[in-house]
Amino acid sequence: MSNLSVNHLLGIKYITKTDIELILDTATNFKEVINRPIKKVPSLRDLTVANLFFENSTRTRLSFELAQKRLSADVVNFSASSSSVKKGETLIDTVNNILAMKVDMVVMRHSSAGAAEFLSKKVKAKIVNAGDGAHEHPTQALLDAFSMQEKLGNLKGRKIAIIGDILHSRVALSNIFCLQKLGAEVKVCGPKTLIPKYIESLGVTVETDLRKALEWCDVANMLRIQLERQDIKFFPSIREYTMLYGLDKTLLDSLSKKIVIMHPGPINRGVEITSDVADSDQSIILDQVENGVAVRMAVMFLLAGRQ
Amino acid sequence: MKPRVLLENKQLEITLTRLCYQLIEVHNDFSNTVIIGLQPRGIYLAHRIQKLLEGILKKKIDCGDLDTTFYRDDFRKKELKPNKTNIDFIIEDKYVVLVDDVLFTGRTIRAGLDAMLAFGRPSDVELLVLVDRRFSRHVPIQAKYIGLVIDSIETQNVKVDWKELDGKDRVTLIDK
Repeated sequence: MSNLSVNHLLGIKYITKTDIELILDTATNFKEVINRPIKKVPSLRDLTVANLFFENSTRTRLSFELAQKRLSADVVNFSASSSSVKKGETLIDTVNNILAMKVDMVVMRHSSAGAAEFLSKKVKAKIVNAGDGAHEHPTQALLDAFSMQEKLGNLKGRKIAIIGDILHSRVALSNIFCLQKLGAEVKVCGPKTLIPKYIESLGVTVETDLRKALEWCDVANMLRIQLERQDIKFFPSIREYTMLYGLDKTLLDSLSKKIVIMHPGPINRGVEITSDVADSDQSIILDQVENGVAVRMAVMFLLAGRQ
Repeated sequence: MKPRVLLENKQLEITLTRLCYQLIEVHNDFSNTVIIGLQPRGIYLAHRIQKLLEGILKKKIDCGDLDTTFYRDDFRKKELKPNKTNIDFIIEDKYVVLVDDVLFTGRTIRAGLDAMLAFGRPSDVELLVLVDRRFSRHVPIQAKYIGLVIDSIETQNVKVDWKELDGKDRVTLIDK
């Protein structure tokens, strides 16, 4: 019998390879459950989960909420734009007030890196990080790994390229940790200004030529340009970025092998990836979304199973 | 105390064959009956029964594997690892024979009854077990078809080994 080595899912950095494999194995079982005529199991019927989203989200929030409902948990939702945060309440006060209403687990997205870890030290509930600033987004990395495994089998020795705005991306960092723990090779690709200075110390390679990166990899994970996090100009224009780092069908078809295309969403069609690539048979973008529910069910089920 | 062997090889085969004929007495040609084995170890018994029945009746019999982990009431008390559910038929209006190797507290069967409902509403459910550890139930559940009834205490364990899994067909009583 096995269980996770942690009480909270704060980031991929803090969990082991065994934890990742356990989550992905359990997710396989949940994927079978969500494809049944009755998609619900009663596992968490005695649990209340609060979704605290201090930052906007569609996919992650819906995915978490669906996962909670399919596990029969009670769910309360909170978004910063319509709350007392606007009136000047601190994070800990907000969360403690919510916990006073007897909540067992908190799923939180916050714009500050480390917010989830900070919270886990201050409050009693189990914390799942749904994205903290440009730090980590662990469930996204897990569902990406799950989707890759589904398509390619074991990831050991596989080559994964993460392409785009690496600097502002929490998806990139979590993906790097997760893929390396599973034994895959990771390369990041993008304009030099959008690649963090010390990224090579994580053991990844850097490539600034998109075609070379694509020729090298088995899977290309295309990231969005996060304009909302860019306080200065990192490249001359969107048009120039697209010319140099946008993936279109002509480029994809000219490669010597068929690679798998992923995107964590939301897609800016025509910027980092064109519509015909996003909708092509090489793209597994919608599989990622489906698998997201199964993976999040697995994470919450396993965390709830810990004493 | 040394482990005590309760059933082995030939004896076990005789018991399984008896269970099959008891099933045929009630379900005739199995035209509206399906077998569902409970994970993790009930599925071996279920598939063994399925094979024997197919040999006797000379026809295909539906048999699925059901995992109860997500439906258990004690998953936070002990660490449980889910197994595969593999049921490729609908059980709506069917006669279902639930199969498990050992009936002890009855909690697995209770979870199994819940889990089964995700695949339809059966018209009738019966329970078949190889070993019934009587007087140890936590819930009011009894089996209809029983291979062997034994009296045992809580500190003992009943282990059923299968040829395909453990290299030998054997039922043993072990002191924990």
